[in-house]
Amino acid sequence: MANVLVFIDQPGEALKKSSLELLTAGRALGETAVALNGDVHPAVAAAFAEYGVTAIFQPVAANLDDYLVAPKAAYLAAAATAAGATTVLLDNSPEGKEIAARLGIKLSAGVITDVVAVDADGTAHKSVLAGSYTTAAKATTPVSVLTLKANSITPEPAPAATVPETSAVEVADDGTAAAARITSREQKVASGRPDLTDARIVVAGGRGLDGDFGPVEELADALGAAVGASRAATDAGWISHDAQVGQTGKTVSPQLYISAGISGAIQQKAGMQTAKVIVAINKDADSPVFEIADFGIVGDLFDVLPQATAEIKKRKG
Amino acid sequence: MKIVVLVKHVPDAQFDRHLNGEGYTTDRDESILSELDEYALEAALQLAEARGGAKAGNQVIALSMGPAGAVNAVKKSLQMGATEGVHLTDSALAGSDAAATSLALAAAVRHLGAVDLVLTGMASTDGETSLVPAQLAERLGLPQVTFASSLTVDGGRLTARRDADTYSETVEAALPAVVSVTDQINEPRYPNFKGIIAAKRKSITTLSLAEIGVDPAQVGHAGSWTTVTAAAERPPRTAGTIITDEGDAGIKLVDFLAAQKLL
Ligand SMILES: Cc1cc2nc3c(=O)[nH]c(=O)nc-3n(C[C@H](O)[C@H](O)[C@H](O)COP(=O)(O)OP(=O)(O)OC[C@H]3O[C@@H](n4cnc5c(N)ncnc54)[C@H](O)[C@@H]3O)c2cc1C
Repeated sequence: MANVLVFIDQPGEALKKSSLELLTAGRALGETAVALNGDVHPAVAAAFAEYGVTAIFQPVAANLDDYLVAPKAAYLAAAATAAGATTVLLDNSPEGKEIAARLGIKLSAGVITDVVAVDADGTAHKSVLAGSYTTAAKATTPVSVLTLKANSITPEPAPAATVPETSAVEVADDGTAAAARITSREQKVASGRPDLTDARIVVAGGRGLDGDFGPVEELADALGAAVGASRAATDAGWISHDAQVGQTGKTVSPQLYISAGISGAIQQKAGMQTAKVIVAINKDADSPVFEIADFGIVGDLFDVLPQATAEIKKRKG
Repeated sequence: MKIVVLVKHVPDAQFDRHLNGEGYTTDRDESILSELDEYALEAALQLAEARGGAKAGNQVIALSMGPAGAVNAVKKSLQMGATEGVHLTDSALAGSDAAATSLALAAAVRHLGAVDLVLTGMASTDGETSLVPAQLAERLGLPQVTFASSLTVDGGRLTARRDADTYSETVEAALPAVVSVTDQINEPRYPNFKGIIAAKRKSITTLSLAEIGVDPAQVGHAGSWTTVTAAAERPPRTAGTIITDEGDAGIKLVDFLAAQKLL
């Protein structure tokens, strides 16, 4: 019996880094099983073996993806019981957190989200109040459900490979009866840039761009960075809402955050102030963003950004 | 239609926020109606108005759980146009985590009789977990639609749009349902003078745990399934070097990045 169950939804052809992080975190807590939704491609099977997975569960029902979270929570509850798991780990995506929420009620288990590290005794570490506090929390229930933020730990294969056994799990009908059905889904065009939530570098632009994201995108590409934005810029329709960083957008914690033409309102800071290094470019020396910038430039972004981009290209040759 | 909107009284994010006391709970002096709940209230008011408003029997009930001050979130909701207010308050609720909160709110919603829709904001601006809407739906055995950026109701069904990173989707669910909405869904109205005067005549019902049939041991610190064992304030970020562009700030920026090994 495994005591840790990791949920992996639609792994595709190869496991994502965040899934490898979950498997690594799981192993530190005990013997790890995986509850999978989707097919096991050879590279995925190999990764499970390499990361010390002892058992793999798959749902008997194939239509979990037609509904919002409820049937996935029902499946995971059944898998957790079959595995005898005392800890269930999920990714920290909005969907991961919602499955965790419903699973917590089904298993009478405490749920902790936004986790960045877990101790061997199950204590989970996270930051709260827009990054102004770091806290340690623990479930007081026999089972705990944790959602782990991407880029929190370094993936590491197990010391010895395993040969996981696969078994099927029945999904209770009540999962779909009270679920919302997905009636259509449109794929968005991929930008080719790194994913904003786990990018190492983010270049973000605000109202100061005045409708032209070109200078931000060019600097981002020279740095291999993701592009972010303030709400003023997304509300104006200059860039898609997915790029919004802040309280109602994404929380990012990159090595470097470059803020250009953004004033630094509290709701914007809420999404980026745990970045390791913050650089700000703004015409107005009194902008609140300068209160938290490690390196601030009072100047016009339309001069500063293109010059920096050209200089980086020159140095990189 | 009978719509319940969950409104939370939260510390104003414009000021420094603190965790206090044994259970590291948030300090709730200087609290306001969570801005993100205003979008849910606006969505409810629009649904009700499209059906003829209060005159046609549409109810928008603002429900808040919290200490005495939380009644202010209900009052503000009434000023914006909610038809009734409910304040669930009991000293045993202090320190409730998401599981305990959803238990108490589910009991309060059941106490209000048959409802068509429960609307909430996408997250509270203090806890920020987004767990409560999903847990409430699970406890009530209802479909949940979270992060709706548009919402229509036709007969006994709702249709909503949700936008994720790589896709947008349309979802449908049967009523009753629990729906959380994002800040993209609408532009919340401000209470006007008429609304403020009208709110004074609207009733606010105060409920205790006993009235909704919840055992105090199931909520608060005692009934929560998680506990905070330590909390430390992160030292506030301080300003670093600030320069004024003299025609070479782009180069100086690259020098800085190189020195930080970020190139
Ligand atoms: C409930 C709620 C949720 C919110 N959530 C978010 C959120 O998630 N993310 C978010 O970002 N905001 C959010 N906001 C909005 C937030 O309060 C601010 O309004 C927003 O961040 C402002 O964006 P901005 O800094 O781009 O625009 P502004 O505040 O207008 O600032 C523009 C800045 O650009 C500078 N500038 C102009 N031209 C130039 C130039 N040529 N070169 C250099 N600098 C220039 C100006 O000096 C100014 O400082 C939220 C608000 C509410 C009420």
